[in-house]
Amino acid sequence: MSDLVLRQELLALQDEYIATLDTDALELWPEMFVDDCLYEIIPKENEDLGLPAPVIHCDSKAMLRDRVVSLRNANIFQPVVYRHFVSGLAFTAADGVVDMRSSYLVINTSQLGQSVVYQTGRYHDVVVRDGGRWRFRSKRVIYDTSRIQTALAIPI
Amino acid sequence: MPITAVASPFAGFPRDDGSRIPYAVFTSREIYDREQALIFRGPTWSFLGLEAEIPEPGDFKSTFIGDTPVVMTRDEDGALAAWVNRCAHRGAMVCRLARGNAATHSCVYHQWRYDSRGDLFGVPFLRGLGGQAGMPGDFVRSANGLRKLRVDSYGGLVFATFSDTVSPLADYIGPVMGGYIDRIFHKPIAYLGCTRQFSNSNWKLYLENVKDPYHASLLHLFHTTFNIFRVGMKAHCVSGGPHGLHSIILAIKDDEAKTAGAYEAQKIRAYDSGFSLADPSILALVPEFDLVATNHIQPIFPQLVVQQIHNSLVARQLLPKGPDAFELVFHFFGYQDDDAALRKLRIKQANLVGPAGYISMEDTEATELVQRGVAADGGETSVIDMGKDAPGQTDTLITEGLIRTFWAGYRTLMGFDAGEAAGAAAG
Repeated sequence: MSDLVLRQELLALQDEYIATLDTDALELWPEMFVDDCLYEIIPKENEDLGLPAPVIHCDSKAMLRDRVVSLRNANIFQPVVYRHFVSGLAFTAADGVVDMRSSYLVINTSQLGQSVVYQTGRYHDVVVRDGGRWRFRSKRVIYDTSRIQTALAIPI
Repeated sequence: MPITAVASPFAGFPRDDGSRIPYAVFTSREIYDREQALIFRGPTWSFLGLEAEIPEPGDFKSTFIGDTPVVMTRDEDGALAAWVNRCAHRGAMVCRLARGNAATHSCVYHQWRYDSRGDLFGVPFLRGLGGQAGMPGDFVRSANGLRKLRVDSYGGLVFATFSDTVSPLADYIGPVMGGYIDRIFHKPIAYLGCTRQFSNSNWKLYLENVKDPYHASLLHLFHTTFNIFRVGMKAHCVSGGPHGLHSIILAIKDDEAKTAGAYEAQKIRAYDSGFSLADPSILALVPEFDLVATNHIQPIFPQLVVQQIHNSLVARQLLPKGPDAFELVFHFFGYQDDDAALRKLRIKQANLVGPAGYISMEDTEATELVQRGVAADGGETSVIDMGKDAPGQTDTLITEGLIRTFWAGYRTLMGFDAGEAAGAAAG
């Protein structure tokens, strides 16, 4: 596969990922991961110091599904209207495993109609072919916006 | 400064038992400023961080006591030090980094230099230049250091105070609360990192929250949705320290079947037995304390909440950011002798707490709902009556006793005494 074709596929994967979150199709979100996956949201300040404390750390697709079930049925939070913007895709590929990095920006719009920068940071993803499509083996969300406003319910 | 010199900005507390709290305490700038003087710069010890964050001589961390920027550090001998982060010259912040290691700290504005204890040792052009006059002859470096704070640690938790008169830290914490801290800090800890959460609500609404076992299974539906936590659990709910401002809620693991019926009988919205976790590993509880408890929530007034939830260990720092905002800094830790499996479990259980926590994300939602609800009516009051007729009942989670004790103590500390209570209407 040429780099250009692979790049188009990875961009399509990213677009699908952020559309899943931005359109509240949360039930589809875990399906973009392999069963034995890692999904983590961690502040840059810990990442830079080599410290592990995360805000979300899931090491199986089952844990991702549990989070969706909990958000839908148990947790209480202000309705979230995210818009994700992703840029700067860089990747390396070897033996069917793609290591890719990009920047993201999430704007959240409140019920009062105010849109604010909710979080910005970078994705560090490892993606593989699984079941005929690209899925995330690992998605690490390393955020710059160290002060999380109010709460973080919906994944980034 | 005599407390009476500060005019009461509101009509006061209509009752002296802490059960009716005028909403102005959450919104008034005057009260906020008075708290800065009488609480944060008053006779209290404020939590700054963990000794494990600054293990080496010269290690430092920037933080706050109330609104005041302070730095905690270690001198060349490894002794703890803390000082106000404001140059004695013209008031600029001296330390501009969140963390680091430095034997000396220089103000960038005019390069006044201080050692790690806060003593001034370098002033450029102290003696002038080329025969021109420098600082006056009576200028003494030793009288122009940074504002040093009393600093001490308890079990690896670092505290500092502006007060020369407050009792030593161990006495301020007190034997009862100290015993509960010892429960967690009984062997060397390992610092695992911080997360931060910002809320547009008053800092005392968060203190109410961590003194409120009544809300736990009603607001946080994760517990009950996945059958984790029951209000019928055994508990210890005890106040301690000066004016009862500290407290502990300890929820003790119990037979869950006994209380499930109580929810069903009362038709509480929380009860829903239809869900179970696909990956229940998040709820493991490795027994590692003498008393096995699922939740240990212990505020040490004013800036610390010690937390053990299952095997997740956190020292939460509560920082006021104006009358209508606060920041929480969650300092995660484990023990130095954790094996790989236990350390992994602590990281996994970070999912339970903090801004994205399954059993905590609603807290700031709730405090912000209060802040918005009370904005216009400072004279109206809350109603904090649960369990009031049974003050000796400390083994239940259905109580607001810790909150009442807190407010009665707050009123004393703030000088809102009985003379200012009902009848002394403001304006």
